[in-house]
Amino acid sequence: MKPIEAENDFVVRFANVNGSGSASANLLFAKSILRMGIPVSPRNIFPSNIQGLPTWYEVRVSEQGWLGRRGGIDLLVAMNPETWDQDLAEIEPGGYLFYDSTKPMPLAKFRDDIQVIGIPLTQICNMHYTDVRQRQLFKNIIYIGALAALLDIDFEVMQNLVSEQYKGKETLLESNIQAIQLGRDYALSEFDCPIGIRVSEGLSVGEKIFIEGNSAAALGAVYGGATVATWYPITPSSSLAEAFELHCKKYRHDPDTDAARYAILQAEDELAAIGMVIGAAWNGARAFTATSGPGISLMQEFIGFAYFAEIPAVIFDIQRGGPSTGMPTRTQQSDILLCAYASHGDTKHVLLFPQDPKEAFEMSAAAFDLADRLQTPVFVMMDLDIGMNQRLCDPLEWDDGRRYDRGKVMTREMLERGEEFARYLDVENDGIAYRTYPGTHPTEGAYFTRGTTKDSQAKYSEAGPDYVENMQRLLRKFDTAKELVPKPVRQWNDPPSKCGVIYYGSTSPAMIEAFEALKTGGLGIDGLRIRAFPFGDEVENFIRNHQHVFIVEQNRDAQMRSLLVNELGMDPAKFTSVLHYDGTPITARFIASEIAQKLVVTGESRSAAAT
Amino acid sequence: MTYISKPKLHHPKLPVNALGYTRRDYEGAVSTLCAGCGHDSISAGIIQAFFDLSIEPHRVAKLSGIGCSSKTPSYFLGSSHGLNSVHGRMPSVLTGANLANRDLIYIGVSGDGDSASIGLGQFAHSLRRGVNMIYIVENNGVYGLTKGQFSATADTGTKSKRGVENKDGAIDLVALALQLGATFVARGFSGDKEQLIPLIKAAIEHQGAAFLDIISPCVAFNNHSGSTKSYDYIREHNEIVNRLDFMPGRETITTEYKAGSLREITQHDGSVLKLRKLANDFDAHDPTASMTYLHERAHQGEIVTGLLYIKSEPEELHQHLKTVDAALNSLGEKELCPGHTTLETINDTLR
Repeated sequence: MKPIEAENDFVVRFANVNGSGSASANLLFAKSILRMGIPVSPRNIFPSNIQGLPTWYEVRVSEQGWLGRRGGIDLLVAMNPETWDQDLAEIEPGGYLFYDSTKPMPLAKFRDDIQVIGIPLTQICNMHYTDVRQRQLFKNIIYIGALAALLDIDFEVMQNLVSEQYKGKETLLESNIQAIQLGRDYALSEFDCPIGIRVSEGLSVGEKIFIEGNSAAALGAVYGGATVATWYPITPSSSLAEAFELHCKKYRHDPDTDAARYAILQAEDELAAIGMVIGAAWNGARAFTATSGPGISLMQEFIGFAYFAEIPAVIFDIQRGGPSTGMPTRTQQSDILLCAYASHGDTKHVLLFPQDPKEAFEMSAAAFDLADRLQTPVFVMMDLDIGMNQRLCDPLEWDDGRRYDRGKVMTREMLERGEEFARYLDVENDGIAYRTYPGTHPTEGAYFTRGTTKDSQAKYSEAGPDYVENMQRLLRKFDTAKELVPKPVRQWNDPPSKCGVIYYGSTSPAMIEAFEALKTGGLGIDGLRIRAFPFGDEVENFIRNHQHVFIVEQNRDAQMRSLLVNELGMDPAKFTSVLHYDGTPITARFIASEIAQKLVVTGESRSAAAT
Repeated sequence: MTYISKPKLHHPKLPVNALGYTRRDYEGAVSTLCAGCGHDSISAGIIQAFFDLSIEPHRVAKLSGIGCSSKTPSYFLGSSHGLNSVHGRMPSVLTGANLANRDLIYIGVSGDGDSASIGLGQFAHSLRRGVNMIYIVENNGVYGLTKGQFSATADTGTKSKRGVENKDGAIDLVALALQLGATFVARGFSGDKEQLIPLIKAAIEHQGAAFLDIISPCVAFNNHSGSTKSYDYIREHNEIVNRLDFMPGRETITTEYKAGSLREITQHDGSVLKLRKLANDFDAHDPTASMTYLHERAHQGEIVTGLLYIKSEPEELHQHLKTVDAALNSLGEKELCPGHTTLETINDTLR
């Protein structure tokens, strides 16, 4: 079997043991390539465990900038004997196996169609280090050094990164550099370097930044003016709340007194977390919580309360595999319906679907404006793939002229002027009524907020007409939301196709790549990336203007399809679902092959796909 | 429930407080609870306390959960914002509200079903966090709105109106509050306003988590013989540890009580509590002793009322979080948004 030859376009998978200190070494590998100007997209595939179970770090290197998961492995760094068989099976024919050859592996454990690179990592380590912990940690750094030689990664770039990391900690710096050299020297002396897959300097990274979605979303909350954050630990959302705290410590302390311009509470559960958000937002602060599916399930009653009492709330749902505890450390888009219709009774909620950290930042800040303007809960629908992986994206931007939209709030001055206040009266025919913050005025503007029915003056009323009028106004408000939420993004095929594909959120990078693959295969297809619910006219028109529409989702039940059929009254026969829900991020290969196959099955010939 | 507006006519000779407000300015809508309900006496006590302390009604936020007790914020302080949340979750909503604006006074009203059953967790955590609030449980041992089921504070052996005996153990919220670190713990009785009103005033002035359990008999479902939360039973079994006279800090302290029978407690804000000691050697500064005393009396079938514990220098949540003096809801872009240039720097660190 001919060894794979690939420059700046390959996939490396590191198979490690959780808790072995591999994460920072693997990140060093990814960042080194990035610094050479070649885009990488790493993904953590990890267990719900702190120490001892298998964990993987998969790095896709792609000069073309494909950031979705590709599937397949070109180079396996096999550091976990427990997953050896499974990992080896996924190496592409002609691919490479890198392993610790200190203990000989039985011949039967290898494949004859791959290249084997054995380096006695443990032996090298034991020769140079006596401390047990050092032996463990530096083994990781040594293999990174060896890989640098094998893949032709710029040693100076790697060294600079280590210097940045250990600035001021000279001993650590030196010992890390030494470990890199040990691996590098061994590889250079024992193997023909570089091997068939390699890296060369490129210009494809430019000004792009490398950031986790959760951190970007947390930064969006800082920029968007959130002052109250309440949360309960749950994977994969915890790092959002923790990042908010880190950002706030840097950017939100009074320069004179060092006092905090924010309050963060770790609540006793998700019910309390959302309750605190509602209390804070009712009282005029911008507040949010971050959680995942099980947390949203627990918050249902309060979400309905906020919808009906019309209190802003921003909820980040970093989706994971469900139902129940499901796959806590795997990714899915399976909370769409849970959030769109959260709570009992007739409810509908605003959802935003960021595609990457850049949009997570933007939509996070926008969510606070939307929640205040619409006086309702707003969900930012992320997932583990965006939230917990560092992703290359455009730099974050902020216009200093931007002002927070606090929505319709009647101030003391307005009340003094004698403006009429009726908490639930639709004065501007957009479904949104004025509210007041508690404590505004001694005699005017106070009202009682409740989850029970009321009239336009906020007075308790069980009268049918009052109830219906209120529910109709809430629908008008939801219509208003259509105009305010981010518009979908269209992707035209040239020439325009009779078939379209709808996708959203973290599917984006894989889909973008799949468009190319389909086009190359003569199956060019139009695309629409949904960025928000409620759906605007653009979504409806896209569906109407295409004979057949694929919907690509990362859940079993085609939840977005249900929402489209339900909300737009579309004929379900018009849609074909492409569903990926095994917990791994969707790949371009999967999407392209599913769509190609289904085009044939649904009787759409290649010529019919295009007009 | 219907909403009834009271006529706004004021008698010209109604007494006014230091702000020039009459007691009527502290009232709310007409109660729709059953005639004779203990909760209405508590609402009256709250009205009197805020009136006496000359607190601007609109600077108070009233929060509640679900149940008969949680309806009562409609019946007092009509010029205050109120929020009737979901069952058992008043404490979290109040906590959030307090985080947003530390300048208002927060009164949370709950019941025994609301706080001891469905909301026991939130009750506990709000107290242990030291949220600056007045947390009142109107405790009648029974679910009123759903017609007479036992709540978690119903005593073992007490009988329901239908004659069913409660076999489950009772939760004593006062004992729990002491254990959880509430910095003000008291129990009152809705039928004893002479004791109740000073307790409410003291709780209002206390700058920390103040918990006030008020036994409030349910005339409809828990006022029969065999009930341990009926008016008769409480009056017969009440052990009053102290009566309180309350002097706000802003007034000159004058007293007509004999020095030997008083114990003065200066609160953080300078207000002074005077405990008229009825029980020998009762020390409201020692939570362990209070707990022991509470259990001893309970063992004798007595319900202890009065101020059981107060910490003179309480810490509250905002102190723990080191938040700015200004209310968080008053901060704007200037204070909150780090701006474009900072973002450019952040971008640089991510390359």
